[in-house]
Amino acid sequence: MSHYATLVVELTILVLAVFLGIEVISKVPTLLHTPLMSGTNAIHGIVIVGAMLVAGIAGADTLTGWIGFVAMILAAANVVGGFVVTDRMLEMFKKREPPKERDG
Amino acid sequence: MGSTTSNLLYLITIICFILALRFLSSPTTARRGNWIGAAGMVVAIAVTLAHHGLHIGWRIPVGGAIGAVFGAVGARRVRMTAMPQMVAIFNGVGGGAAALVSLAEFHNLTPAPGHLHGDVSIAIVAAALIGSVSFAGSMVAFAKLQELIRGRPITYPGQQYVNLALFAAILAAGIALVAGAEQQWLMVALILGSLLFGVLFVLPIGGADMPVVISLLNAFTGLATSATGFELQSNVLIVSGMLVGASGTLLTILMGRAMNRSIGNVLFGAFGTVQAGAGTGTAYEGTVRSVSAEDVSIMLSYAHKVVVVPGYGMAVAQAQHAVRELADELEKKGVEVEYAIHPVAGRMPGHMNVLLAEANVPYPALKEMDEINPEFPQTDVALVIGANDVVNPAARNEPGSPIYGMPILNVDQAHQVVVMKRSMATGFAGIDNPLFVDPKTAMLFGDAKESVLKLVTGVKGL
Repeated sequence: MSHYATLVVELTILVLAVFLGIEVISKVPTLLHTPLMSGTNAIHGIVIVGAMLVAGIAGADTLTGWIGFVAMILAAANVVGGFVVTDRMLEMFKKREPPKERDG
Repeated sequence: MGSTTSNLLYLITIICFILALRFLSSPTTARRGNWIGAAGMVVAIAVTLAHHGLHIGWRIPVGGAIGAVFGAVGARRVRMTAMPQMVAIFNGVGGGAAALVSLAEFHNLTPAPGHLHGDVSIAIVAAALIGSVSFAGSMVAFAKLQELIRGRPITYPGQQYVNLALFAAILAAGIALVAGAEQQWLMVALILGSLLFGVLFVLPIGGADMPVVISLLNAFTGLATSATGFELQSNVLIVSGMLVGASGTLLTILMGRAMNRSIGNVLFGAFGTVQAGAGTGTAYEGTVRSVSAEDVSIMLSYAHKVVVVPGYGMAVAQAQHAVRELADELEKKGVEVEYAIHPVAGRMPGHMNVLLAEANVPYPALKEMDEINPEFPQTDVALVIGANDVVNPAARNEPGSPIYGMPILNVDQAHQVVVMKRSMATGFAGIDNPLFVDPKTAMLFGDAKESVLKLVTGVKGL
């Protein structure tokens, strides 16, 4: 596929992703807003794929390599920290037994 | 692995992320949603490692390990009250990574001018710009929430014009880069300018508005990530980044709406209206009635229905466990206890829910604003723990108030109100919340946790 044909496909999926992103979270209760923000924060850690691709360019010069190395550190912190913090938040939302009747 | 196979396998990641967002929308499936997202991420990393063009070397594993350790330790160690700051940091580093990917890609692709496709250079400029703003802005948001710098809006004359001029300069550099002036120094200047802009952009915004800002910067990082996908012709980056960009933008709007403020007002409000409002804000004259913990214990024990209104003060004092204990004691005495959760109480939407959930408060007792407001007239005691603006009747009654129009919890309709607050000059004082001088209101001064523990002891003893 030519460069511009690929670009059109990329733009198409970009537009679809916009609508999907809005649609898929439109029914989130307020209660879950913080975990959701944290969860989406973890998902943009996918930038680690970009960091790997530039850190792993075969035959790149030293500077590119080092920039890629720092990008790797930052992106990995985003991924791991993002998912762990979200899990810690959600750990507290475990299903609990309804409050027991207490004698007064 | 060839790129067709990789792209096919990346589809698994995309599906995982979409399911993750879907499952994060419900309390029962949210945790599973997060794991599905993490699984999708593992697939993406594995597929990328298996890509035949990739030179793995030492940088990928070593860099990845350093980042992973930093992320895991930071996320494990952080206290629940400091979570907004932590989200800001992890968001910032993501933005920084996107900017660096652009920088590396630019450095690698441009040995000679006139080499790049227009769309690739636009993507490089966009990711570098947005990623840098997100990085620097998130670090300032972190510093404000961690109280390393003061949370109040930092403003100076002509600030708007400085920011505007800086942004224009950054845009000019970006346009020059896209137009073919593919100079390394110009790229570095663009990133430095964007970093500075990120700092200047967040400095004038008050600490209380940081959640909205973090949410916005989260969306920014998503957009920057999506842009890196156009540089690297990677569909998984384009789609995942944009999912976050779109959902993050919606979340930001929802948060602004909960405060009855437009995003523009949050971001640029400090330049004009809020400043003026704070200067001429009404001070209410009246007697502030201070009571002892013993009195409040009696009041609570003989009530039929108590509504707890938690705010940031509860989070700061780590009082959520004590609050739960107090509710338990009251329920033993047959008092009905509910919690009124304002959408923007605390520093993140859902902040109070997270803290109370940590203290094992059952969900059904947590009531959202629209659900609890009609119940206040039948409430004997509204117990306000470290909340201020979200219970300020001025938002309903005073068109001149800076928060006029913000939906609030109508605690002033309860039979009695107890406000727990760290301190205040008692007697006649000019204050900005008429609730505090309402004859129905009693103030219990002191650290929220100590005060609640005193109440627990008091209620137990009755």
